[in-house]
Amino acid sequence: MPDANASRATESSVPLMASVVLVNPVGLHARPSVKLTQCAKGFAARIELALSAEGPWTDAKSPVKVMRVKAPQGATLHFRVTGADGEAALAAVLALVRDGFGES
Amino acid sequence: MNTSNSGNVGIVIVSHSPKIAEGAADMVRQMVGNAVPLAWTGGDIDGGLGTNVAGILEAIETAWSPAGVAILVDLGGAETNSEMAVEMLPEDRRARVVVCNAPVVEGAVIAATESSGGSSLAAVKHSAEEFYA
Repeated sequence: MPDANASRATESSVPLMASVVLVNPVGLHARPSVKLTQCAKGFAARIELALSAEGPWTDAKSPVKVMRVKAPQGATLHFRVTGADGEAALAAVLALVRDGFGES
Repeated sequence: MNTSNSGNVGIVIVSHSPKIAEGAADMVRQMVGNAVPLAWTGGDIDGGLGTNVAGILEAIETAWSPAGVAILVDLGGAETNSEMAVEMLPEDRRARVVVCNAPVVEGAVIAATESSGGSSLAAVKHSAEEFYA
C-alpha cells in the first residue's frame, strides 16, 4: 500500500491531479491558451490537461496543442502534474484558471 | 518596430503587406507580452505590396538575440527574400536565424509564446511549425 505521501509526487511517478471549471467567457481560446502555456513553462514539472479525468492528456506547455483542446466556458479542466515543483505548478495553473486568466 | 531586450529568441514577421506584418506584431505584443524581441517588415522599397531584403535584414538586426531569431513569412517572395537576407548575414549569425514553415500570424504568436518561456531556437521553430503538423 502506498502511504499518504505517495500522491505528493516529488520525483515519483505518481502524478498530482486536480480539476477546475473554466470561468472566463471565451473559454480556453487563443489568449488564455498563451497565458496558460506561459505559466506552465515557468515550471520544470510535466503539466498536462484534459477535458476528462480519463484523458486524452495534452501537454500544457504546448500553445498549439492547448488551443486545439478548444475548451469552452463551463468546461472542467483536469490537470495532471508530475515533477519536483509539481505542487507549485499545479497551484499556479489552478489559480490562473480560477482567475479567468485575468479576463473576467 | 521593436521593443524589449532579452535573451529570448527574437521574432521577425515578414509579410507582403506592412499592415499584416504590423497587425501580427500587435497581436504578439498584446497576447504574449514584451519578453520577446520582435520586429516586423512588409512592403517593397516603393511602398507597394512586396518584401525587400534590406527591410528584412533591418528587422533581423532589431530583433537580434544571442538565442537567435525565428522568421515568420507569408507567401513566396517573403520566404525567398528572407532566405536571401539570412545568406547575407555575418557567418556567426547565419546559423542562428531560421525561417519557419508556419502561417505568419498564428506562427508569430505561437513562436513568441514558446520564446517567452525561454525555449531554444529549435523549440520555437518546432512549436510554430506544429500548426501544419
